[in-house]
Amino acid sequence: MNTLTLEKLDMQVDSLPARVGNTPLLPLRRVTLGLPPSVNIYAKAEWFNPGGSIKDRAALNIIQTAIANGDLTPKKRLLDSTSGNTGIAYATFGAAMGIPVTLALPENASKERIAILRSLGVDLILTEASEGPEGSMKVVREMLAKSPDKYFYANQYGNPANWLAHYQSTGPEIFNQTGGTITHFIAVMGTSGTMMGTGRYLREQNPQIELIAGQPTKPLHGLEGMKHMQSALHPDIYDAQLHDRVVEIETDEAYTMVRRLAREEGLFVGLSAGAAAVAALHVAEELDEGVVVTIFPDAGYKYLSNEELWR
Amino acid sequence: MPSIKIPTPLRPYTEGKQIISIEGETVGEALSFLLSLHPELKEHFYKEDGQLSRFANIFLGNKHIITLQDLETPLLEEDILRIIPSIAGGIDL
Ligand SMILES: Cc1ncc(COP(=O)(O)O)c(C=O)c1O
Repeated sequence: MNTLTLEKLDMQVDSLPARVGNTPLLPLRRVTLGLPPSVNIYAKAEWFNPGGSIKDRAALNIIQTAIANGDLTPKKRLLDSTSGNTGIAYATFGAAMGIPVTLALPENASKERIAILRSLGVDLILTEASEGPEGSMKVVREMLAKSPDKYFYANQYGNPANWLAHYQSTGPEIFNQTGGTITHFIAVMGTSGTMMGTGRYLREQNPQIELIAGQPTKPLHGLEGMKHMQSALHPDIYDAQLHDRVVEIETDEAYTMVRRLAREEGLFVGLSAGAAAVAALHVAEELDEGVVVTIFPDAGYKYLSNEELWR
Repeated sequence: MPSIKIPTPLRPYTEGKQIISIEGETVGEALSFLLSLHPELKEHFYKEDGQLSRFANIFLGNKHIITLQDLETPLLEEDILRIIPSIAGGIDL
C-alpha cells in the first residue's frame, strides 16, 4: 500500500542496494601531524554502507551476479563461511530481497557479530574454534556436497564477483574522488577482494600507483577481519604478485591507532581500520609528496566487547 | 597421554600436525613439552618479555586456563588442550 501511494505521488523511492558504495573519502588531519604538507592521507569511510562495512559491496555483487546467472534461484538458500562482515551483508540484503541465508563461522567470533547475524534471521552454524575460518569453509563444502540443490554457495574466497565489486566501484570511486592524483593505495587483506579489485582498477588507470597490502606481523593476532597470508590457506582470488609490497602491523599499534582515530579524528572505527591507518602512516612517512589512500572497512560498534581495546 | 590441538595458523610450525600427544602433569609442563618438540612455536606463545601471548588462548574443554589454575592446572590422561587464536572480543566459549 505504502509503495503504491509513494509511486502515485511520484516520490523518489530508495533501496538498500542503491545505497551501497559512493562512500565519503575523508582526510586524516591530526594523526598525520608531522607529515610534510605535500603528503596527505585519505580514508574511504566504508561504514557508510547500509550493512555497516565494505563487505556490502562484495556481498551485493555476489548475490546480484548469481541471480543474473541463474545460480541463485528462488528455492535456494545462500550458503557461505564468514567470520562476520560478509555474513552481515548477506543477511541484510538476503532479508531485504527474500533470500534465506545459512552461514558457518568459528564459535569464537565476537559476540556482537553473532548477535547481529541472529537478529537478521540467519541460520548459524558455529564451527570448532581451533579449526578457524578454514574449518567453517570445510563444513560448508560438506553441506553443499550433501545437498547441492538446496544451496547457492556464495564462496567469497573464490568468487570473482567479490573482487569485481571493487574493480567496478571502490576503484573508480577512489580514482575520481582524488581527481586521479592518488599515488599510493593501501588495503588490509581478509579475502583480499578489496586489494585485488581496487588495485587492478587503479593499476590500469595509472601503472605508477603503488599498491601496498597490510598484514598482521604474526599468525596469532588480534586483528579481526585480517588474514596472515603466510600461514593461512590462500584465498583462490588472491594474487600475491599484484601488490608491490606488504607492510606488517602489530596488534598493539593498531589498537592504539583505533583509540587515536576515535579521540583525535572523531572516527569511531574497527580494528582493521586502525591497522590500515598504521600502514598508511608508515608509507606516508617515507614520502616527500603523495596522495595516500586507504580503506576503513567498518565502524567500532562491533568491537565494544573488546575491553582491552578501549581501556 | 593428554594431547593438544594445534590451530590452523600454527600448523606450519608443527609439520602440519593437528593434534600432538604430550607429556606433563600440568598445562605448564605440557606446554614446555610441546615447545621442546617444536621450538619454532615458542615465539607464538611468548612475548619478548617472557609473558604468555594473549593471542594464544589455551583452553581445557570449554574453559580458558586462566579461569582454572592457569599453567598450574592439572592434566588427566585423556585431557585435550586446545590453542584458540583470539578473534577480537570473542574468546570465551
Ligand atoms: C573488518 C574487516 N576488515 C577487513 C576485511 C578485508 O577485506 P577483504 O576481504 O576485501 O580483503 C574484512 C573482510 O574480510 C573485514 O571484515
